[in-house]
Amino acid sequence: MAAPKDDIAAGVAVAGLLADYAACIDADTLEGWPDFFTSDALYRITTARDHAAGRPIGIVYADNRAMLEDRVAALRTANIYETQSYRHIVSAVRITARNGASVEAEASFLVVRTMTDGSQDMFVTGRYIDTIDFAGNRPQFSSKIVVLDSEKVDTLLAIPL
Amino acid sequence: MTDRSTDSEAPLWPDPGLTRVPYTLYSEPDVYTRERERLFMGRSWNYLALECEIPEHGDYKTTFVGDVPVVVVRGENGAIHGFENRCAHRGALVCLERSGNAKAITCVYHAWSYDLTGKLTSVAFEKGVKGDGGMPPGFRREDHRLRPLRIECFAGIVFGSFANDMPSVEDHLGPEVAARVRRVMPKPVKVLGYTTQVLRNNWKLYMENVKDPYHASILHLFFTTFRINRLNQTGGILVDESGGHHVSYSKIEKTDSADYDAAKLRADDTSFGLKDPSLLENRDEFGDGITLQILSVFPNLVLQQIQNSLVVRQVLPKGLDRTEVVWTHYGFEDDDDDLMRLRHKQSNMVGPAGYISMEDGAVGAFVQRALPGAAGDTTVVEMGGDTAESQATRATETSVRGFWKAYRGLMGI
Repeated sequence: MAAPKDDIAAGVAVAGLLADYAACIDADTLEGWPDFFTSDALYRITTARDHAAGRPIGIVYADNRAMLEDRVAALRTANIYETQSYRHIVSAVRITARNGASVEAEASFLVVRTMTDGSQDMFVTGRYIDTIDFAGNRPQFSSKIVVLDSEKVDTLLAIPL
Repeated sequence: MTDRSTDSEAPLWPDPGLTRVPYTLYSEPDVYTRERERLFMGRSWNYLALECEIPEHGDYKTTFVGDVPVVVVRGENGAIHGFENRCAHRGALVCLERSGNAKAITCVYHAWSYDLTGKLTSVAFEKGVKGDGGMPPGFRREDHRLRPLRIECFAGIVFGSFANDMPSVEDHLGPEVAARVRRVMPKPVKVLGYTTQVLRNNWKLYMENVKDPYHASILHLFFTTFRINRLNQTGGILVDESGGHHVSYSKIEKTDSADYDAAKLRADDTSFGLKDPSLLENRDEFGDGITLQILSVFPNLVLQQIQNSLVVRQVLPKGLDRTEVVWTHYGFEDDDDDLMRLRHKQSNMVGPAGYISMEDGAVGAFVQRALPGAAGDTTVVEMGGDTAESQATRATETSVRGFWKAYRGLMGI
């Protein structure tokens, strides 16, 4: 896939990628979630407080796509949690840098969690700090840092963000 | 007609022994108030901070003793002080930030100011304005201060107590538990990250879960599948004399067990494999082969070693049916890159998204939500007998009984 020729083209492409990404999670088609990442991608969920202070350990850490596949397998096979679903609302995209086929972008998100009994809570808000690789057949995240605004997580965080 | 006054005088702990825990202890407002007075503000050592969180003169951190807000601060000559986070004047919080550095502690409400030991040093308009108003002549600043905590540091951990007659932390823990605290705190530490997990259940349900090795390989399928923890591994439970502190530990032995397979546990799906098994790499950093050590200090501190994932968990009550677990991931100042990589990878196993801990965030709420019909009934805590001593097996609830032994003593029930 060709690198976006300017920030506007990059913004359109990344917004489309994020829309597909959020839809994949919200529709519970998590088996397709790792494909949004390059094979050596970094994926982290951390908090604004730790991110600002440069503290390295957060809530989820993966330094390759196989770890993401393992997480989906664990969620499907091993881990016990009540049935729940997310609804991502993702903001407009800010393009922060372009280096050839690599684009850096940020977007805000809000996730509402719906439990099986119908109760809903605003689960988390935060921002994605993304690097997207346009060199392959489809744009993929080579890095995705999910920075939560709050360090408090209600009960558990099973489904990825 | 039922006489309500008789009901309210019913004993909080009706059965003798430690194997029957009344459900009302998780749901009665009076119990919560008594816990604050007799456990947290009573004869206990409460976790406040790691020394490395407040390294410099004037560094402070706000935290809680139970649900009581407190401040811990580094003062002159490296001494650490602690006091209630409540102005002696009209009771406002004197520190609003999570952490910071200050030369003095000044209340924003009326600018009463305290030194780093909590002593009142100045009162705004103490002499009034142009001779009018102000404090009466008999007012003495030295009669008013931030209510102090007794502070003691042990193995790099800052403990605080509102009681003045506590034994030293080391004596309080007893030799076995103290040695196991030192084991995971042998040298200068650094904080690697914080997470707070909000639980919709009473704090004691989380502490019981921590002290319950029986559930670990049953509820946590991930654990069992990868042979990280099995009840038939070498290991055991240490319980101190008071019952309140415990250590559960094990070593990995990759052998199958007929007992286990015969039980046909749901958790025994051996077809499940990791595409990136680097998560399960382990370095024997303490040199004793122990890959899992869960240690608790009564009432609400947990020190966790799961392979190379090291975490301090502070369990804070936030009302009868709400608890916050503050996870402080740590490593050592001299960690090499490879060890840091292991700590990163293994952090996936713990915390609110942890492969082997996420269930613990929910299971307490499963009990809490089932409480409405439970008044007058009790739990059954009989695995491994009816006592609360150290045992060589992990198929036991001995340390859960230990918790209640210490609890009953301090609560006077």
